[in-house]
Amino acid sequence: MDFKLTKEQQLAQELFRKFAQTEIKPLAHDMDESEQMDMELLGKMSRYGFFGIPYAKEYGGAGGDNLTYTLCMEEVSKQDGSCGITISVHTSLCCSCINDFGTEEQKQKYLRPLVDGSAYGCFGLTEPNAGSDVQGAQTVAVQDGDDWVINGSKIFTTNSWFADTCIVFAVTDKTVPVSKGLTAFIVDLKNTPGVNVQENIKRMGIRAAQNCIVTYDDVRVSKDRVLGQLNKGFKIAMKALDGGRIGIAAQSVGLAQGAIDETIEYVKVREQFGKPIAAFQNTQFKLAEMQTKVDAARLMTWRAATAKDNHEDYSSLAAMAKLFASDVANQVTREAVQLFGGYGYCREYPVERMMRDAKITEIYEGTSEVMKMVISGHMDLKKKK
Amino acid sequence: MKVIVCVKQVPDTSGKVAVKPDGTLDRASMLTIINPDDLNAVEAALKLKDETGCEVVVVTMGPPPAEKMLREIIAMGADRGVLISGREFGGSDTFATSQIIAAGIQHMGLDDDDIVMCGRQAIDGDTAQVGPQIAEKLNLPQITYAGDIKVEGNEVIVKRMLEDGFMNIKMKKPCLITCIKELNEPRYMSTYGIFSAYEKPVDVYDYNTLKDEPLIDPNTIGLQGSPTNILVSFTPPLKGAGRILEGADKSTADELTAILEKKHII
Amino acid sequence: MEIYDSSKIEQFKDVWVFCEQRQGVVQPTSYELISEGRRLADELGCKLYALLLGDNVADKCKEVAGYGADGVVLCESPLLKNYTTDGYTKVIVDVVKQMKPEVVLFGATYIGRDLGPRCAARLHTGLCADCTHLDVAVPVYQEFLTGASTLAPERIAGTSSAMVMGQPHDVSHDLKMTRPAFGGHLMATIICPRFRPAMATVRPGVMKKAPFDQKVADAAEIIKPAFELSEADFETEILAIEKAAKKLVDLIGADYIVSVGRGIAKDVEGGIALGQQLADELGGVLGGSRVTVDSGWLSADHQVGQTGKTVHPKVYIALGISGAIQHKAGMQDSECIIAVNTNPSAPMFEIADYGIVGDLFKVVPMLIESIKAAKAAK
Repeated sequence: MDFKLTKEQQLAQELFRKFAQTEIKPLAHDMDESEQMDMELLGKMSRYGFFGIPYAKEYGGAGGDNLTYTLCMEEVSKQDGSCGITISVHTSLCCSCINDFGTEEQKQKYLRPLVDGSAYGCFGLTEPNAGSDVQGAQTVAVQDGDDWVINGSKIFTTNSWFADTCIVFAVTDKTVPVSKGLTAFIVDLKNTPGVNVQENIKRMGIRAAQNCIVTYDDVRVSKDRVLGQLNKGFKIAMKALDGGRIGIAAQSVGLAQGAIDETIEYVKVREQFGKPIAAFQNTQFKLAEMQTKVDAARLMTWRAATAKDNHEDYSSLAAMAKLFASDVANQVTREAVQLFGGYGYCREYPVERMMRDAKITEIYEGTSEVMKMVISGHMDLKKKK
Repeated sequence: MKVIVCVKQVPDTSGKVAVKPDGTLDRASMLTIINPDDLNAVEAALKLKDETGCEVVVVTMGPPPAEKMLREIIAMGADRGVLISGREFGGSDTFATSQIIAAGIQHMGLDDDDIVMCGRQAIDGDTAQVGPQIAEKLNLPQITYAGDIKVEGNEVIVKRMLEDGFMNIKMKKPCLITCIKELNEPRYMSTYGIFSAYEKPVDVYDYNTLKDEPLIDPNTIGLQGSPTNILVSFTPPLKGAGRILEGADKSTADELTAILEKKHII
Repeated sequence: MEIYDSSKIEQFKDVWVFCEQRQGVVQPTSYELISEGRRLADELGCKLYALLLGDNVADKCKEVAGYGADGVVLCESPLLKNYTTDGYTKVIVDVVKQMKPEVVLFGATYIGRDLGPRCAARLHTGLCADCTHLDVAVPVYQEFLTGASTLAPERIAGTSSAMVMGQPHDVSHDLKMTRPAFGGHLMATIICPRFRPAMATVRPGVMKKAPFDQKVADAAEIIKPAFELSEADFETEILAIEKAAKKLVDLIGADYIVSVGRGIAKDVEGGIALGQQLADELGGVLGGSRVTVDSGWLSADHQVGQTGKTVHPKVYIALGISGAIQHKAGMQDSECIIAVNTNPSAPMFEIADYGIVGDLFKVVPMLIESIKAAKAAK
């Protein structure tokens, strides 16, 4: 077993770290306050290939791997969780569906601009009445000649405010359970009549991410936009979410490590009782515990990413990484605020933003409870002795 | 056309500078970076590549680990690298260093429409001498302190900065330009570049590769080829500790004003 | 004709100072170098010549010689009207080969640092860049080391000779060129023992200018050596020369500098205004650390530090500047350093003569009021 990053991965980590510190860090506070994503910043990230890391060069991607993608997610999220989720939804949820299930023609047409840095993607699965339980899905698609007509609405579609391409899941066979009658469509969000993206939903954290309700009123798409097989969309969604969990685990690691880094700088200069608070054993031990947890979460994340890179079954590994890392992110950011004391509660310092951002990691792309369902599902609990 | 960019790996002086007891620099304990001004030269070359599709070759003289720096620059967009490395080249001052790099450039072949670019100066030595001396040894026209570069056909027009203004100067290729930080903002590596960086060629030129070049002679390289010698290097004494004035209120301000008055500053 | 050989060091004599003129205006650092060159020539027991190139600049000869030169080597040609690397290198190399000076000094200006390396390479000799101290006489040099270094006395005593190509070499006739490296963390003294002339570029503002002496000026001999220069020698063409439109901040000559740093980040405009007010109150100028320039808060001509300007004001006030090595390198030789910073462990306090631990936005207005009151009381 070798815990060393390859030469390419090391260079990539340097790039992500330097870029995030130089370009993202100065903007993170204002983006959170204004609830706006800085589109110029996103443009820079696309140009430098942050949006096409684990995809093949033949489709315009960087030709990297999933481990490198987690390095990107960690470094970006250290400075800003909103930028992290923006990359994750694009990469893990949108691009992976087309990459894994698209035809050659679909990959050239829709995947290429997404991974070569010229378009943004999003993923429309969650509905107002269908969160963890996809059974409640009400968005439907009906065939009409060579077209499909989609009607319904999706909620929490991250990136939809500016995205070009969305993977939209709609019920195409109402006679069977949703998991057997769901189909994935590749929808052009910007140029399709009937698509309506509403304002960013007001949220507790990752406030700069653009997370909107999208309504589909008689949205007509041609049949060549059906992704994968008809009525097999549930499998596509589940596979994308399995991969997405690696990204969220890495985002959690980034948020936690970012909070530790900020705290280390702070405790060295903050003095109480005549000495820097870094000199107190409570501070030292707290930080030691925090760092240990983050390191464990990072190793689990890297293991899940490596399993995916090696084409091994990673579903349970990804769920465990996300379950653990998101919990760590919440614990660690909360402790960071505590070590900052009153200033930690002030919006002038970044740790309160990190604490708010961390909460969502236990909820999206499968709540922690769903993670436990996935993990226990791999444990043969129902098999009789 | 190709642009040959000369770069140097330097210790990162923005962190702690470690000095050994004998007064020489403890390079081993310091992180290395690409010399900042050299990155402006790299960016200038890559901009020309974006505009014209020319080839960008990045050259450095240094120990074998300097290859990583060349890979980084390839990940930014350069096409290939040349690492000039050999024990025989050690101990070179700027005269001998420029001799060796000039020989390396001759070995790779300098065509009539090529441009050599360098950073203004390196942050370790701050000499700003190697660029002009490479130009001299290759018999090329030079423009230093470039604040803007335009290439039109076989001519180059450069805005050459002065302390209080600038000159616009025209010269014919092949030529050498040294670049300042105001010239541009260097790009980052891209992930696209990173995952191709180790597939592109980096040639290593050692003494044997270059020994037949006319510029290479035991009397022109290494310690023997260096006209200058270091008589002694030393660290300056630390300034005596100053005084922190009590508090940060009106009486503190008055105390400082009194000191300024006493020194006849006001 | 005899072949020029830079290793025949016994053939070389006299100290030369290249006097930079632009559009007929002699650059002030030339006077500093003449004054410094005088001392070196005296220590070597030789003459000091100013080297002046240009077109119709004969009237400047006395102007430069009056700072201490025995004579002026004057090279005039319409082709030398403006500085070009090609033309100036050709002529200087020609006259150095004819007259064989043993030391040639240039100002470490944009032009000096373009010209010096080119001449040194063509003449096959050594050049030391951006020197801050020069000596010839060993006792004088060793006295300098005693004050300016942490070297043990026996190591200082050992500097009277050096190992050169494996042989002990007496340095008493070599120019000892001292310069900072790594942002002043390390100093090195360089010699050029085997070749002549020993060449150096010297940092502007470091050497002291002597008073102008009309008698010296009147006594100066003017030498006009022969040289060849034709259009064919030029590979570059000057299209235009322009002065910067905006008046640049003259940090180098300032006696009082108030510099701002990262500490103004929470209110950039307010912080700059406070710094400027304090500078105005002291009759000084506003400077800034690297971050203020890199962030676009101040233009590049304000930057103090290794990559900016090196300054030696009487008083340097650092507001909200932590004191990164690269900044300290540009101001640590100020006569008096005052630091205001919220962080008591900021490295700036290590070199400050006086420090106030506090928020510059609170401290500076009080200081301005206090200075105003003190002035009013006079």
